[in-house]
Amino acid sequence: MSELTLDVQGLSTHFFTRAGVVRAVDDISFSVPRGRVLGLVGESGSGKSVTGFSVIGLVDPPGRITAGKILFQGRDLTKLDERDLRDLRGNRIAMIFQDPMMTLNPVLRIDTQMIETVLAHDSVSRSSARERARDALGMVGIPSPEERLNAYPHQFSGGMRQRVAIAIALLHRPDLIIADEPTTALDVTIQAQILAEVQKLAREVGTALIWITHDLSVIAGLADDIAVMYAGRIVETGRVEEVLDRPLHPYTHGLIGSVPSRNARGQRLRQIPGMTPSLLNLPPGCAFRSRCPRADAACEQDPPDSHPLEGRTLRCFHPQLEMVA
Amino acid sequence: MTTWMLRRLIQAVFVMLAMTVIVFIGVNVIGDPVEILISPEADQAERARAVIALGLDKPLWEQYWRFLLGAVQGDLGRSFVFNEPALKLIAQRMPATLELALTAVLMSVVIGIPLGLYAGLKPDSIGGRLVMGASILGFSLPSFWIGLMLIMVFAVQLGWLPSTGRGQTAELFGVQWSFLTRDGLAHMAMPAFNLALGNIALVLRLTRAGVRENLPMDYVKFARAKGLSPNRVVFVHVLKNILIPIVTVVGLEIGGLIAFAVVTESVFAWPGMGKLIIDSINVLDRPVIVAYLMMIVVLFIVINLLVDLLYTVLDPRVRLETRE
Amino acid sequence: MSAAASPEPQDAVVAVKQETPFARFVSEYCESPVAVVSFIAVVLIVGVALLAPWISPQNPYDLAQLDIMDGRLAPGATSMDGMVFWLGTDDQGRDMLSGIMYGLRISLGVGVGSAAIACVIGTALGLIAAFAGGKVDTSLMRLVDLQLSFPAILVALMILAILGKGVMNVMLALVIVEWARFARTARSAALVEARREYMEAAQCLALPKWRLVFRHMLPNCMPPIIVIGTILVARAITLEATLSFLGLGVPITEPSLGLLIANGYQYMLSGKYWISFYPGIALLVTIMAINLVGDQLRDVLNPRLKR
Repeated sequence: MSELTLDVQGLSTHFFTRAGVVRAVDDISFSVPRGRVLGLVGESGSGKSVTGFSVIGLVDPPGRITAGKILFQGRDLTKLDERDLRDLRGNRIAMIFQDPMMTLNPVLRIDTQMIETVLAHDSVSRSSARERARDALGMVGIPSPEERLNAYPHQFSGGMRQRVAIAIALLHRPDLIIADEPTTALDVTIQAQILAEVQKLAREVGTALIWITHDLSVIAGLADDIAVMYAGRIVETGRVEEVLDRPLHPYTHGLIGSVPSRNARGQRLRQIPGMTPSLLNLPPGCAFRSRCPRADAACEQDPPDSHPLEGRTLRCFHPQLEMVA
Repeated sequence: MTTWMLRRLIQAVFVMLAMTVIVFIGVNVIGDPVEILISPEADQAERARAVIALGLDKPLWEQYWRFLLGAVQGDLGRSFVFNEPALKLIAQRMPATLELALTAVLMSVVIGIPLGLYAGLKPDSIGGRLVMGASILGFSLPSFWIGLMLIMVFAVQLGWLPSTGRGQTAELFGVQWSFLTRDGLAHMAMPAFNLALGNIALVLRLTRAGVRENLPMDYVKFARAKGLSPNRVVFVHVLKNILIPIVTVVGLEIGGLIAFAVVTESVFAWPGMGKLIIDSINVLDRPVIVAYLMMIVVLFIVINLLVDLLYTVLDPRVRLETRE
Repeated sequence: MSAAASPEPQDAVVAVKQETPFARFVSEYCESPVAVVSFIAVVLIVGVALLAPWISPQNPYDLAQLDIMDGRLAPGATSMDGMVFWLGTDDQGRDMLSGIMYGLRISLGVGVGSAAIACVIGTALGLIAAFAGGKVDTSLMRLVDLQLSFPAILVALMILAILGKGVMNVMLALVIVEWARFARTARSAALVEARREYMEAAQCLALPKWRLVFRHMLPNCMPPIIVIGTILVARAITLEATLSFLGLGVPITEPSLGLLIANGYQYMLSGKYWISFYPGIALLVTIMAINLVGDQLRDVLNPRLKR
């Protein structure tokens, strides 16, 4: 086995609002080996993005990491001070955001925004920083990068902007990239292009990648491993094809069932009944039990991690161990 | 870009024309033009001659035309008091007012933006609340009374700053300026601050609102995710974004400051054109009044034009649209 | 959103029926102690202004009561005939406290009077603009924009330069300065109200247009007009004081607070601060109190802020 780039153990990130404590991330553990892609899947509000921000150390008040370890190449990020974290950010750990229209500063030129990133971590001359910026733009498939450096973000299309954001993330050849739904706001064709390119780059550079999304089809084509989040907890992990072929948690099962597919044309789409619970003052026990067809009295206790199959982690008292037709 | 400029210029000319009509009607229809344009000391025969000479027996539109022609050539009559062309008088006093107003603009930016940033970055701190509370005072207190209090405290009680006049001046480009000498600067400190107060409050509130609005935006989080220092995030990324509305508002307020200098100049006996206009109104030196009003209108229009230009330079999005 | 917005007016009507609207308004207003204190201050100030001839220690304009020997006495000094001048005297031996009381009368009278006239004219024109639409609307609003692009002090200066000093001229100048803000507020309020169901219902009854506008629409447009009115009263008082301070406002025979301050200005450099200081404090308290009441009114009356 290759060494772990990221190893998260028992991470909890809570938001202390006036209305009460929101347990956005509650005791989650996962790891990403070098050069592999982890797909972090869940509905909106399940805590995926907060997980990403926790790793890169950008959880803003009233939010705070309350427990757990984030081991990045063996160093615990939760123990680092802001100064050391900043040295890692954009350098060893990079992040790509969901909406490319919003992530680039509208009043600064592309070259400014790229060069400052280079200069934040490496003491090189402006001109060589600019060269690196140009090369990065070329790498993500932006035509005539030299000219485009002088442009402002609004002169790019959405897909191009996301490429710029990815180029910025790649500037320092980071060891870990956290991609927070980076293709959700894009057209399907552009989405496919970007996915292909990111996959290629990750493989070439050896970067570990956390790909946060609610779209299982993206994960299916891109990720090596998958972690399914529900209401601030990771309910199931495993290799992506195994989990998709044989989901054990009723929630994962429901999630896969609700993806429209060609084979089930004309049939009603299956959906998970009920709504995502509010994370505010969530009662103990399995958070999915109100929507779960298999729930019983046992589910009022927190289910522990179990390993019913090789390479799988699960949090459920009643896993769906029988094969799905 | 050129068509846009042209359109703005034509617009400006129309506003100018409208203002000449208003001033003309004000002076010649509402007021008594004989009394306004002819020295009060003139006797009956002189008056009759002047009426003919000024063409006051002609129909109104013709009188307006002559007024307009004169105005275009820079002839707005002679001051009774100084017996000099009114426009020349105004021009002589203008540097004093301009330097006061521009210093006030500088002050409002230099004081307002840092305080606004502070209040925006730490909205719940005691200092932040204090700054916001004080800004309400800056808006609503009558400026002339604050001026008096400044004099009372800093000139009378403490004796730190001189209370009246421009102090020593030095020449630059053939004009006398106070800001070039130590003494002049000391004289300018209080009036400029007094004039700036309202604008400091305005800039402060704009800055704070801008910071509150921009901080939660994704581009700020992305900039932090790039590993930039907090200083760079705030002073380059956020500030550049909020600077656009601030520059616009500050620019548009310059005209207001020049107009409001009337009050400040009276309080601090600052010999600018605001003081001149008040003195002129008090002795009914009407040609000077007319010249001042026309001058102010021109200033306003020029300033608005410049601010629009500056706006397009600052905001890349606007620049692109106007090019297309 | 639209589905959520439509039941609101009905809810409001129900609530109004159960609990008198005035009681609800009062209880919401009283949520801010500062606003309550400000309101009491405004009532006291108005009371003092109205009752000045009966409660002031002396009639400051009855020359027989003045003694030039009492001139420029410090606060707390006693006159030749044993009267205490709590706030000192001015150069003519006038009791400053009495002077301030009478000055408030003029300041408030001019401020409130001009704001009221401007309110009537501006609101009427604003409603007409909103209802007539088209050319009338465009040209009226162009005029409003043009006027508001020039600072109030400049417009007032221009008018007084042409017309000369005097209480009536100051009021006229203030009306001309302020009508535009009322017109803009009334127009935007009217445009919102015009789309409400009750206006459609009234239109279906084929009521005459004036009745539609003034009986049905106007009462519903009042909240924003009241709010802007309060703030504009404070502004009018400030502007009047400024103009009087500059010597362009009220005549010396009817001194407002601004003129009292101007009179004391020349003595301030020699340390006799009270002649300017106390009228200034009176002006300050008046303006602040009215502004704070206006702020709270805006919070209470503005339905958008409440939700």
